[in-house]
Amino acid sequence: MTDIASGAAPATRTSRPPPRGEAGAIGWLRKNLFGGVGDGLTTIVLLALLVWGLWGFVEWAVVNANFSAKSGPECTANSPGGACWAFVRDKYRLIFFGTFPFEQHWRPLFACIALFAMLIASCDRRFWNWRLAVIWLAGSGVALTLMFGGVFGLSFVETSSWGGLPVTLILATYGLAFAFPLGILAALGRRSKLPLIKSLCVGYIELIRGVPLISLLIMASVMLPLFLPSGFTIDKFLRALVAVVLFAGAYIAEIVRGGLQAIPKGQYEAADALGLGYARKTFFIVLPQALQVVIPPLVNTFVGFFKDTSLVLIIGIFDLLNAGEQAIVDRNWSGFANEIHVFLAMVYFVMCFAMSRYSKYLERELNKGVRR
Amino acid sequence: MARDLSNAQTVIELVKVNKWYGQFHVLTDIDLKVRHGEKIVICGPSGSGKSTLIRCVNRLEEHQEGVIAVSVDGRRIELTNDVKNIEAIRREVGMVFQSFNLFPHLTILHNLTLAPIWVKKTPKKEAEEIAMSLLQRVRIPEQAMKFPGQLSGGQQQRVAIARALCMRPQIMLFDEPTSALDPEMVKEVLDVMIELANEGMTMVVVTHEMGFARSVADRVIFMDRGEIVEQGPPTEFFANPREERTRTFLGQILHH
Repeated sequence: MTDIASGAAPATRTSRPPPRGEAGAIGWLRKNLFGGVGDGLTTIVLLALLVWGLWGFVEWAVVNANFSAKSGPECTANSPGGACWAFVRDKYRLIFFGTFPFEQHWRPLFACIALFAMLIASCDRRFWNWRLAVIWLAGSGVALTLMFGGVFGLSFVETSSWGGLPVTLILATYGLAFAFPLGILAALGRRSKLPLIKSLCVGYIELIRGVPLISLLIMASVMLPLFLPSGFTIDKFLRALVAVVLFAGAYIAEIVRGGLQAIPKGQYEAADALGLGYARKTFFIVLPQALQVVIPPLVNTFVGFFKDTSLVLIIGIFDLLNAGEQAIVDRNWSGFANEIHVFLAMVYFVMCFAMSRYSKYLERELNKGVRR
Repeated sequence: MARDLSNAQTVIELVKVNKWYGQFHVLTDIDLKVRHGEKIVICGPSGSGKSTLIRCVNRLEEHQEGVIAVSVDGRRIELTNDVKNIEAIRREVGMVFQSFNLFPHLTILHNLTLAPIWVKKTPKKEAEEIAMSLLQRVRIPEQAMKFPGQLSGGQQQRVAIARALCMRPQIMLFDEPTSALDPEMVKEVLDVMIELANEGMTMVVVTHEMGFARSVADRVIFMDRGEIVEQGPPTEFFANPREERTRTFLGQILHH
């Protein structure tokens, strides 16, 4: 009955569970943290360091912190050695919305909410069809109407008055949304057999990658107007956006190219043999597999560019980080730059960490079934 | 199995086909006519050009000299660089690969329906019905919602055959369909191919399965160093091969 060699079906032979290790929390601790004298010592020392460092921060950030002072000197007097969160409380509207007309701050607030809703909805794979276009049109329509105004009785607000979180979100969202297809096209073009298309794409990618983003932004802001006929201007914000798109596109192209190279030749041949033709082969067979392979480096680039949008400061646009820097300058609160920076770091971290977690989830989702 | 096909229409015609990989001459003056309903087995040592030959028929490889023509709906279409001609021929010619080449990111059903829906513009529902009936024929309808990676090699190859059949091709090319399979799975794939042959499909099969050649083929072709060395009905081919090279090859693969 237990003779495996005779080829008995698994149901008829007695199978037993694998041997049990040291189960439970104690077993886990013993195995992973206190496996030996060296392990144990390392664990204790590291834990001590962690507690010590963390306690210092908690003391500063929570225990001795001040949440209600009206000015910097008051903070220093009332809560020595503590964080002055009152400063952030006083300035959060400037940080989040920059120089947008103060009494109109509800507009960028709802614009940000619309953008976040649009981005979160886009994460759901059930919407990855025509609905995605509807979601983006609706989200973008609401957000941009709120930001620009000029209709429905909203006063018109120029892009030069925009600032803070909506600027970061708009630059990153639309910068990457346009850069992504551009990068895919450039990557496909770089592998094209047609010499003209190929050299055009290689030229674009290599040229852009060989230049710092800052110089591209300066070119877009200072040099471009010189070439345009007088009286003809393109909005500064739009120029910055185009620079970000071009720059991110080149990086995305190289990542996607890596994915394309990972697709076995047999996949192309099978698609060819079925008569799918170039466009359908690329869209249905090659790209889905190539993009899945490059999710980790792609998200890495997305996170990087989300933060790099801060470089638009160079041409006088105030995104989240730069609006925060503006807040620090206030004489009333001099000496509390750390609080603003910690606060900004947390805001950035929340958004970048969310992207990172989503990419993990997406990798798992797309691997379902493919892996054994 | 040899039948009189001399009155059947010619569906594939190769005239003085030559091909080089760089300086290497892979196909030398290949002349070949395949008639409607004919089953041809091509054998030969590795590197003899047999795979290259059938891959030229649907333009996975480009030949440099000679003419390759395929009959599509009674029209004789020559392979040129004209993409229209290539696509017309590919719609008519199904292919099964040694390494299956299923699309790993699509379910089995989606693997089967993709080309009919997008190339032939078959309505989705109809394409799915055709796909399911073909999966029934290759005896794995229960796997329709799984992904290729979850199937055994034999099952994957049967799916690959069904996928090619979904396009309703007039001709099927098989490029060593059982060479990548574990021994116990070879039979399930050969059984499907034999069924297909019995239904009258025109087949060109590159294989080392001489049992299959004996029972199914109308004609066996032996290739070596890029040339067709010898061809004939299997009874003749296996009983009295004329050429020394054929005898050596058969000696090597039949009794080791």
